Amino acid sequence: MANYSTNEFRSGLKVMLDGEPCSILDNEFVKPGKGQAFNRVKLRNLNTGRVWERTFKSGESLEGADVVDRTMEYLYTDGEFWYFMEPDTFEQHQADAKAVGDSHLWLKEQNTCEVTLYNGTPLAVTPPNFVELEIVETDPGVKGDTASGGSKPARLSTGAVVKVPLFLTQGEVIRVDTRTGEYQSRASKS
Amino acid sequence: MHWRPGAGVEQLRARARLLRVLRAFFEARDILEVETPLLCASGVTDPAIEPLIVASGSALRAPRYLQSSPEYAMKRLLAAGSGAVYQIARAFRDGEVGRLHNPEFTLLEWYRPDFDHHQLMDEVAELVRHCLGERSRRNYPYRELFLDLLGLDPFTAADAQVEALARDHVEVGDLAGERDLWLDVLMSHVIEPQLADRGMVFVYDYPASQAALSRIVEVDDVQVGQRFELYVDGVELANGYCELGDEAQQRRRFVRDNQRRRAAGQVERPIDEYLLAALAHGLPACSGVALGVDRLLLLATGCADIRQVLAFDWART
Repeated sequence: MANYSTNEFRSGLKVMLDGEPCSILDNEFVKPGKGQAFNRVKLRNLNTGRVWERTFKSGESLEGADVVDRTMEYLYTDGEFWYFMEPDTFEQHQADAKAVGDSHLWLKEQNTCEVTLYNGTPLAVTPPNFVELEIVETDPGVKGDTASGGSKPARLSTGAVVKVPLFLTQGEVIRVDTRTGEYQSRASKS
Repeated sequence: MHWRPGAGVEQLRARARLLRVLRAFFEARDILEVETPLLCASGVTDPAIEPLIVASGSALRAPRYLQSSPEYAMKRLLAAGSGAVYQIARAFRDGEVGRLHNPEFTLLEWYRPDFDHHQLMDEVAELVRHCLGERSRRNYPYRELFLDLLGLDPFTAADAQVEALARDHVEVGDLAGERDLWLDVLMSHVIEPQLADRGMVFVYDYPASQAALSRIVEVDDVQVGQRFELYVDGVELANGYCELGDEAQQRRRFVRDNQRRRAAGQVERPIDEYLLAALAHGLPACSGVALGVDRLLLLATGCADIRQVLAFDWART
């Protein structure tokens, strides 16, 4: 991989730091008057999700990380791994529980996801911002109550539990924002 | 294409107004406005400043350096008997891009014969109040600032102690360097942020190793460079010196800069023999200061980023 100098550090650039693949979040140039110039850099460790702060002398460089984001179709899970396919090559990738993390709550077969590959292996899975999932279990609906603003928990086909309005019933399909885990609306009838 | 300016009409007007106010300030004090070349055969030797270089053209026998400050030329004017002079000039520094940095920027630089750095600090404070309105003022010797805010004596603490304190405060990984590098880490990462709500803070009498072009004298048993920096609302705004006039000592500092450049794998720079000849002739006792006009405008307009006060910043040209 290429090396990147501090003046090339941009938000989103993927670099290796202490042997870990990282994504640069922020890069601030600081210089105390006449003295040494520094770059104060914020990075997200892509293995752990933790945010690191690190100061470099300006002009120092880091090795680029072989990290790419690919759009893939989610196929299925065998309980141990989750399987994704690149739509143009049909190449399949298996992601482990660490890579999938909480995203498994939003994975629906045949949906497209962003899969982050590090050295060719899935490192993280990002579901679409909105997914449509079926309610498989909730308290019976309160007919006509679309105004009281109350809510109740509902279990979805993926195992996720979200708060939904009282009038919704088992078997209905709802739209959920995967970034917040919040109910958005009933799914549009297609 | 980002063809539109980064600064709004309001900021363009504020800049024009600020330039008028600055010129009136110096005219009222009978200080002469001068212009000196931007392209010179030699550049700055300071290892912390990298120049931009113009490399080709039929008028060029050798590359010329875009000036990182008009200091050397202005000192030649002083040695030739100009009396007090000021200049509002473009200056250039390679690689300096950020919230407070643009590689091409505007410097206000002025020189006062017979002023020491304390008298010049007073005049700088007047100018800042003239442009920004009332601000509280505090003068801090560099030593007292470190003692107050960090409990560290920057002159007498062991090198290892300075480095350890910097490592306590700042995540630096395998950063390596000498004592001044660690003092710079502490200054820029730990002290500067604490100056944000203190109005005008003058820091003066720096360690001799950071004297740059200032005279070095002994104060309380330590060697200090009679240099000052002004921070306004935490923004480093100006750097001034009680100017070194000794030609031999100036030459030794240039040579040492180049030794440090060589050791660090940086390109050595030609030494400005015109300046040294002027010093050999005799520089009147004087103090001088360089103040960042774009940063002054930033403070005057309440903007957070220098790109908001430049018509076209580096990325737009």
